[in-house]
Amino acid sequence: MTRFLRPLCARLFARAIVIFTHLVTGVQARWDGCAPQPTQRIYFANHASHGDFVLIWTALPPALRRSARPVAGADYWQAGGLRRFIARDVFEAVLVDREGRGCGPDPIEPMARALGQGQSLILFPEGTRNTGDAPLLPFKSGLYRLARRHPKVDLVPVWLANLNRVLPKGEVLPVPLLCSVTFGAPLKLRAAESKEAFLTRAQAALRALTPAATEGAPS
Amino acid sequence: MTADSQILWLFGGVGGLLVVATLIARLLRLRQTAGDAPRQSSPGVENLNARVDAWWAMVALLGLAFLFGGSGVIVLFALISLAALREFLTLTHTRRGDHWALLAAFFLALPAQYGLIAIGWYGLYAIFIPVYAFLLVPVIAVLRGDTQRFLERISETQWGLMLCVYCLSYVPALTTLEIAGFEGRQLLLVAFLVLVVQMSDVLQYVWGKLIGRHRIAPAVSPGKTVEGMAGGIASATLLGAALWWITPFQPWEAAALAFAATAMGFVGGLVMSAIKRDRGVKDWGWMIEGHGGVLDRLDSLVFAAPIFFHLVRYFWSG
Repeated sequence: MTRFLRPLCARLFARAIVIFTHLVTGVQARWDGCAPQPTQRIYFANHASHGDFVLIWTALPPALRRSARPVAGADYWQAGGLRRFIARDVFEAVLVDREGRGCGPDPIEPMARALGQGQSLILFPEGTRNTGDAPLLPFKSGLYRLARRHPKVDLVPVWLANLNRVLPKGEVLPVPLLCSVTFGAPLKLRAAESKEAFLTRAQAALRALTPAATEGAPS
Repeated sequence: MTADSQILWLFGGVGGLLVVATLIARLLRLRQTAGDAPRQSSPGVENLNARVDAWWAMVALLGLAFLFGGSGVIVLFALISLAALREFLTLTHTRRGDHWALLAAFFLALPAQYGLIAIGWYGLYAIFIPVYAFLLVPVIAVLRGDTQRFLERISETQWGLMLCVYCLSYVPALTTLEIAGFEGRQLLLVAFLVLVVQMSDVLQYVWGKLIGRHRIAPAVSPGKTVEGMAGGIASATLLGAALWWITPFQPWEAAALAFAATAMGFVGGLVMSAIKRDRGVKDWGWMIEGHGGVLDRLDSLVFAAPIFFHLVRYFWSG
């Protein structure tokens, strides 16, 4: 019984989350650098709120949503039954032990496996939520290592504007400000490109998507 | 004629105008795309079509609200205020420390303002936001202890509340005015104001396209011309005079009020353009296809409504 009920619940829950996110954030998807096509991609975005991957997922057309799996921290999304249900069944998230925790399996493995199965990923290369005034934290190496193992996959920078204002860290009630999700032009790892050079380039590509409206914001 | 049949006549007239506008827009598109080799229509014509289509939706929404009478109009404008306030505050510099103040603006001040209008408590709704919200927003923010850009952040939130909630709420507040001999017909004042101000925007656009030459404020709003402004305000004033039969006013009084409302609407549009320019955006939002955001459509109404309300209240309802 639960075998059928669980996926059904997950689908209903997903619809509800999409509708709720649209209402609260009025999210607008801006496809500036690429089209919403079903090519295999790693969407890498700035990270300021737990709702970030929900926002990207909502901004994707329904046909692209199913194959786009968010990468999320296991420590947060394994805690509690509801979170686990949302992460595993609703979003089919790839849960990873975040870097720096030492002993566990390499966090790259589950992501690389998903890419090997032809799926797309939603990834936050800053590794943790950015709650300060700097627009971006330094990128972790995961994006580079994935790009090396799957050099054919498009790396699409995605700038999320305002979600950190809708629901800042530590707050419970969202303020209904408007959010936007800007998709930039895809990058690929160049031949013989060093890790540092690649990460700097990826970071610059993401920074370049900052909308003019937030340029004037405190930084 | 009863108020109901007057409203029907008004919506019938607006519907007729929209039919004509739709035909013109579609014909322009057809003229561009028809021919031996299929071609794309120009962005200008596509925008015109999108605008006209959005007008149908907006008129239908207003018509739906009118079906429910005064409370329908109050609920509609409360929702419009919500949409406008989020567009406005999205473009401000608020920080984490403003979260509670923003929650209070959205979920306390806005519903309270429209609630006060619903119960018709003029003495409080006329001062609630300029006095109570004005003082309490900085108090709530200061409790969070973030002093960086404090004055700027608070002022922006206060401006948002004043323009998007307080000023806009004067449109449904017209239904609470008590005018001798005009009882039960106040919805017509809402129809008069909205129709005159919105038609003034449309007519300014049309006059500007037809004979516009001299830019009136090139640094603020390069599209606006002296000819468009004068032609639009003059023809909307005439329209106001022609609508005197739905109001408690004489024709010349209706013209004077229409002039005041459309002149305020014009300068209001300039002010809102200056804010957009300062923030480096073209439109306030993306909610209305072809027009931009809710505030792009309502900027003139925001500035016209309070003045129109208080003129009518002072001279007719005193």
